[in-house]
Amino acid sequence: MSEVTAHHDSAHAHGHDDHHHEESWLTKYIFSQDHKMIGKQFLMTGIFWAFVGGILSLFFRMQLAWPNETFPILETLLGSWAEGGKISNEFYYALVTMHGTILVFFVLTAGLSGTFSNFLIPLQLGARDMASPFMNMLSYWFFFAASLVLFMSFFVQTGPASGGWTAYPPLNGIRDIAINKGSGIGFDLWITSMSLFIVGSTLGSLNYVSTVINMRTKGMTFDKMPLLIWALTFTAVLGILAFPALLAAAGLLEFDRLLGTSFFLNNIVINGDLLAYKGGSPLIFQHLFWFLGHPEVYIIIFPAFGIVSEVLAVHAKKPVFGYKAMVLSLGSILIIGFFVWAHHMFVTGMSPAIGKVFVIFTLLIAIPSAVKVFNWITTIWRGNLRFTVPMMFAIGFVSLFISGGLTGIHLGNSTIDIQLHDSYFVVAHFHIVMGVAAFFGMWAGVYQWFPKMFGRFMNETMGYIHFWGSLIGGYLVFFPMHFMAGVPRRYYAFDQFQSFNNFQDVNVFITIAAFLVMAANIVFLINFFYSIFKGRPVTEENKNPWGANTLEWTTPIHPGHGNWPGELPTVYRWPYDYSVNGKEVNPQNQPLEEGEQGH
Amino acid sequence: MSSGTKNGYQVHEWESLKGPFNASYGKVMMWYFLISDTFVFAAFLVAYAAARTSNAETWPLASEVFNTVPGLSGHGYPLVFVSFMTFVLIISSVTMVRAVQEGFMMNRVGVMKYLIPTIAMGLVFLGCQYLEWTHLIHEGMTMWHTPFSAIEGTEGPQQFGMFFFTITGFHGMHVITGVILNVWLLLETAKGRFDKLGSYAMVEKIGLFWHFVDLVWVYVFLGYYLL
Repeated sequence: MSEVTAHHDSAHAHGHDDHHHEESWLTKYIFSQDHKMIGKQFLMTGIFWAFVGGILSLFFRMQLAWPNETFPILETLLGSWAEGGKISNEFYYALVTMHGTILVFFVLTAGLSGTFSNFLIPLQLGARDMASPFMNMLSYWFFFAASLVLFMSFFVQTGPASGGWTAYPPLNGIRDIAINKGSGIGFDLWITSMSLFIVGSTLGSLNYVSTVINMRTKGMTFDKMPLLIWALTFTAVLGILAFPALLAAAGLLEFDRLLGTSFFLNNIVINGDLLAYKGGSPLIFQHLFWFLGHPEVYIIIFPAFGIVSEVLAVHAKKPVFGYKAMVLSLGSILIIGFFVWAHHMFVTGMSPAIGKVFVIFTLLIAIPSAVKVFNWITTIWRGNLRFTVPMMFAIGFVSLFISGGLTGIHLGNSTIDIQLHDSYFVVAHFHIVMGVAAFFGMWAGVYQWFPKMFGRFMNETMGYIHFWGSLIGGYLVFFPMHFMAGVPRRYYAFDQFQSFNNFQDVNVFITIAAFLVMAANIVFLINFFYSIFKGRPVTEENKNPWGANTLEWTTPIHPGHGNWPGELPTVYRWPYDYSVNGKEVNPQNQPLEEGEQGH
Repeated sequence: MSSGTKNGYQVHEWESLKGPFNASYGKVMMWYFLISDTFVFAAFLVAYAAARTSNAETWPLASEVFNTVPGLSGHGYPLVFVSFMTFVLIISSVTMVRAVQEGFMMNRVGVMKYLIPTIAMGLVFLGCQYLEWTHLIHEGMTMWHTPFSAIEGTEGPQQFGMFFFTITGFHGMHVITGVILNVWLLLETAKGRFDKLGSYAMVEKIGLFWHFVDLVWVYVFLGYYLL
């Protein structure tokens, strides 16, 4: 200990940037074991994938809005996938599949919980690093390998996976079928990518959980942990428990595809020929898939919950309302979340009695979710609000979470769901509640912790443009989809259907709004990279720019590997002592005043 | 509190800080990994149960499929061989427990003394699995085909063979991993690495994995051979 301190002190004398050992460019920026750098790597990769996924969605939105027009630019960009400037129907399905996979796994799982778990768990807990920095580095590189494999699948001749991000058999269970070109090597790469992703995610999650359990600094008891840490811990637990089901299902599916077994296939007839598959059940795949798939939406939304809880309290300068209720509601969503998966499968001919059980559990989840919304609103109620960019995004998140959550109550009822299943109503619901809302949580986090990550501020004006463009654009894209409750999802074009064709103008409207959202995010992209190099620097007086109580702001502006020069801070109070003792900000490492009761 | 650097990086200042169950982070990690692995096995076994209960064909009787013992002629030994395998694997857990205990007492020779039979029994189990698999493949059971049936003169559902090779294969893969880890452990113990570290915690962590592999076998045994 004394040796460490002395070592650090000498490092301190040279300035905070100095590391206690020489690092080459490669070990500092690429194969880094520093949790802060790994967090930034996750963020950069996540941003890259977010734009890839977003551009894919623009391609298929163009097809939906103008099914009979041709766009020469598409042929330039996509080659034979858009001959004559019109996206082929096969590639349309590939676009939809890859959009879903990329956004759900690479952006909103790795990019969101990967970034903030890595960056903030050690910083907010007062730890030097993760429990195992090496495993942490591996978790990123497995994710990177998964990214690379999926990216490669765009360049194979038969194209990327095109059987839907849910990968249902039998469509995806047989290789090289004529109606699904992506079922060839493209889908094999999809499965490879997912398996690598699951390994990386498991390595990361194990690390996050054991770091939270074992690496807290002195005084950081569980009841003094910031809500964000609770949320990230529960996210990791969800990942540890849910991803194995997908690993098993993907393995069996690949056996069906490569070895010709019949785990998920039964009596398939193609062009009048009965194939040899016999006795399998595609429903087993669906159950295994959704045993991952449903907890996955909580993996996506929990980090956003946590970020928003922090940001709202910091910028309202008010203690978070109902800390225990927040933790308990996260915990109960975690548990109930494992008993609702079959609400994605009401139309599979499931027994109504079983369906009823899943309806009840699904509706039960509305209670802890409503508790959280209530607590966010009461946290900012009569607070001293600063409408900074992260605060705007956090408030936007609450709005979106309510809008998207309410339709969840409709869809959770099997009687209504059977009518609305596979329609644009479902698309509207989940995009608002776990797509746009989770993105708002992520953006709130990026704007909030950018000064800590890069020692500079992002441009505020551009931030507000990004916020309003995304909020208005996001609502304009997904709100009209509620009116398309009878229009089926996943159709390549509606012009052959008189009844659906009535919504053509709505489709055009949605596509234009989608371009607005993309434009707002290009502003974000420019702002992000410009600010890394040229943003307003954080100064020593402004080290804690938002006036937050949590420990990450007690580190130097550019913390080295090890985070705190000298000793680790000791924690005396909970993270939400805002506006007490006559001071707005009372950091967690500030000792209690005489006679003051700790929370 | 430990201090200094490891691989050029600073060792955690709070490495000695114990979590709520007085467990080091490595142990916590192993426990969570095992929970995760449990879910993989659970997914396979649940898929197996669903395929079996919903199958249109009659499921073969385990006592008629697994009724031979290598070296003995005839089919009059239902589940005898697999019971022997199970026994060996469970006894290997007992020796592993002893190795862990010797580790707590910092007894290098004791750890080695009990790791060797553990590894040997793991290898015996794998050898038995090899014999069982080759026998069944010889009988015509594959991933696509089950020659056994409860009804005379008919073929069984191919799901029987598929799930058998997948689940026992996945378990066998874990046993191989466990044996490799134990061999590594034995070599490192022999080199005196854990004496230098001052802790045989690694024996306990790998021991947890080994017990898990044994425990899972009990469920595989129950699902495939007994029910």
